[in-house]
Amino acid sequence: MTAIRARGQYDAPPPRRRPWLRRHKWLLLRRASQFGVIALFLAGPMYGVWIVKGSLISSKTMGVLPLSDPYVALQSLAAGHLLASTTLIGAAIVLGFYMLVGGRAYCAFVCPMNIVTDAARWLSKRLQLPKGWTPPAETRFWLLGATLLAAVFAALPAWELINPVTVLSRSLLFGFGYAWTVVFAIFVFDFLISRRGWCGRLCPMGAFYGVLGAGALLRVAAKERERCDDCMDCFAVCPEPQVIAPALRGTQKDASRRILSGVCTNCGRCIDVCEKEVFAFSWRLAAVRPTGPGVFNTREGAREAGYSHVETTEGRKP
Amino acid sequence: MDTPSARTPSPPPAPPPVRGQGARRRFLVKIARAAAGAGVFALALDLFSRDAHGLPAVALRPPGAGDEGAFLAACVRCGLCVRDCPYPTLGLARFGEEVPVGTPYFIARRAPCEMCEDIPCVKACPTAALDPELTHIDAARMGLAVLTDHETCLNFQGLRCDVCFRVCPLMDKAITLEMLHNPRTGKHAMFIPTVHSEACTGCGKCERACVLERAAIRVLPRHLVKGEIGDHYRLGWVEEKRHGGPLVPGLIDLPDRMPASPSPGGRP
Repeated sequence: MTAIRARGQYDAPPPRRRPWLRRHKWLLLRRASQFGVIALFLAGPMYGVWIVKGSLISSKTMGVLPLSDPYVALQSLAAGHLLASTTLIGAAIVLGFYMLVGGRAYCAFVCPMNIVTDAARWLSKRLQLPKGWTPPAETRFWLLGATLLAAVFAALPAWELINPVTVLSRSLLFGFGYAWTVVFAIFVFDFLISRRGWCGRLCPMGAFYGVLGAGALLRVAAKERERCDDCMDCFAVCPEPQVIAPALRGTQKDASRRILSGVCTNCGRCIDVCEKEVFAFSWRLAAVRPTGPGVFNTREGAREAGYSHVETTEGRKP
Repeated sequence: MDTPSARTPSPPPAPPPVRGQGARRRFLVKIARAAAGAGVFALALDLFSRDAHGLPAVALRPPGAGDEGAFLAACVRCGLCVRDCPYPTLGLARFGEEVPVGTPYFIARRAPCEMCEDIPCVKACPTAALDPELTHIDAARMGLAVLTDHETCLNFQGLRCDVCFRVCPLMDKAITLEMLHNPRTGKHAMFIPTVHSEACTGCGKCERACVLERAAIRVLPRHLVKGEIGDHYRLGWVEEKRHGGPLVPGLIDLPDRMPASPSPGGRP
C-alpha cells in the first residue's frame, strides 16, 4: 500500500487500541444524561425532591425555569390554541438551546425512546438479522408535516395521542397503562422490520429537531480526516451514516470538515469509535483545520490541509 | 475543469429531453406518492383523534378547563397540574383508559376536588388550558351535581341524612334542603337536597360523601345535565316583572281558587 505522508510523520505507530473508557465516553455520557433526566423528574414523586416538575413535554425546574417541547407546542398552536406566555417562553428556551447544541442532541441525549431503539438495534446486530426495510430518507419530514396537518384537522395535538416519545416519557413518570404496547411495537419494528427505522426514518419529533439542527452551532467535525484509514467503524456505528461521508471524504462542494446535516444527532459515537481520532466536536463558525501534520491518503488532501511539501512512502520500506 | 475544447469530438447528442422528462416525472411521482402517503396518515390520525374525543361522564376536568374541545386543543398533556395538586385528586389518563391519553381528570366518587383557595393546578398549567382568569375557586364549573336517584336518597325516605348538604363547600348556596310534606307518615317533613346550578362548582364532594353504596347524587358534565329553554320561550311572570306591570293592559285577572286565596284581583 502506498501512503503519502507529510514531512516528519515517521514516528512510532499509534497504540493499537485506545482504552475502553475512551472508546465509550460519549455513549456513557449519553446514557447518564438519558437516565439522569428521568431520575430528575422521578425524584419529586418518589422521594419528594422537587427539582423538576412535570414531564419532557412541559416542565418547571426549581419552580422558576419553564421548559416546553417546541414540537408539541407547535401542534397545539396548529390545533388553534394560542399558547400562554409560559409555554412560549419555555419552548423558546428549548429552541435556543438546541439551536446551540444541535437539534437532534435531544434524540441522542434526552429522548428515552432512544434507549429502546438502541436496544433493538443492538439485538438485531447481535443476532445478525438483516437490516430490513428502509423507508425513503425524507419520510420523516412528510410525517412531520402530516402530524401538523392532523392537528389542524382534528383541532387538537393529534399526534400526542400516540407519539411514542411522549407516551413513553409520560408513562415513566405517571404510570404506564397500556403504553408498553406502543413502546414494544416500536421495539419490534426496529428489531425485525426496519433497523434504525423509527428514529432514523419515521419519528416526526426527530424530524422536527432535525430541522432545528440544520442551523445548529455545535457540530461534529472530521477534523483530522487525513488520518482516516477507511476502517468504516464510524459508518458502522453511526445512527445516520449518510451524514458522515460529505465531511469525512470532502465530497461536498465546500469540502467542509463539519457534519452539516441536521439529522446528525451529535451523539458522538463516531468520536468514540475512531481509533485514529478523526472526529471531534467543533462549532459551526469556527475554522476547522487539522491540528498538526498527519497522514494523508492523497496529495490533494495534504495540500488542502496547508502542506506545500509532501513526501510519499512510495518505494520506501515502512 | 476546463471548458470543452473544440479538439475533442463532442459525444453524440444525448437524449436530454427524454432523460430530463423521465427524471422530472419520477420526481413528480415521488412527491405525489409521498404527499398522498402523508395525507392518508394525517387523515387516519385525524379520525383516530376524533374517536379519542370521548370522555366518560364520570371523568371530570380540573377547575378552569372550559369546553372539552378547547381544552383538548390547549392541553399538551405534560402533567404539571397533576404534580401541583396537593391531594390525590388529579390523575393523568394512561394509555388504554377511556379518557384521552395524557389529559388530567378526576373521578368525584374516588377523590373530589378539594377546592384549594389558591387553585395550584390552574397556576401550574403552562398552556392556559386551565384558564388563568379563574382566581376564585367558587367560580369553577367542573360539572354539576344532580340528585340522580330519588328512590334511594335517604332524605327522600323522610330520614335526615343531609350528608351531601353538609359537606358542600357552598352549603345552603349550591345545595339547599327544601322542606316537603311527608305523605307516608302524614305528619313529618322531608328535607330534599336541591342543587342550584348557578352556584354549584362541580367539585364532587357531595358525590364522594353520599352514604349509599352507590351515590344517589352525582356530579356530571354540565352539558349532560343542564336543560335549556328555547330562545322563543317566555315566562309570563318574569316578563311582567321586567315590564313593571301587566303586559296586556286592562286584562282581568280572575281570583285563583286556592284555600285562603288572596282577595279577588289582588296582585302582590
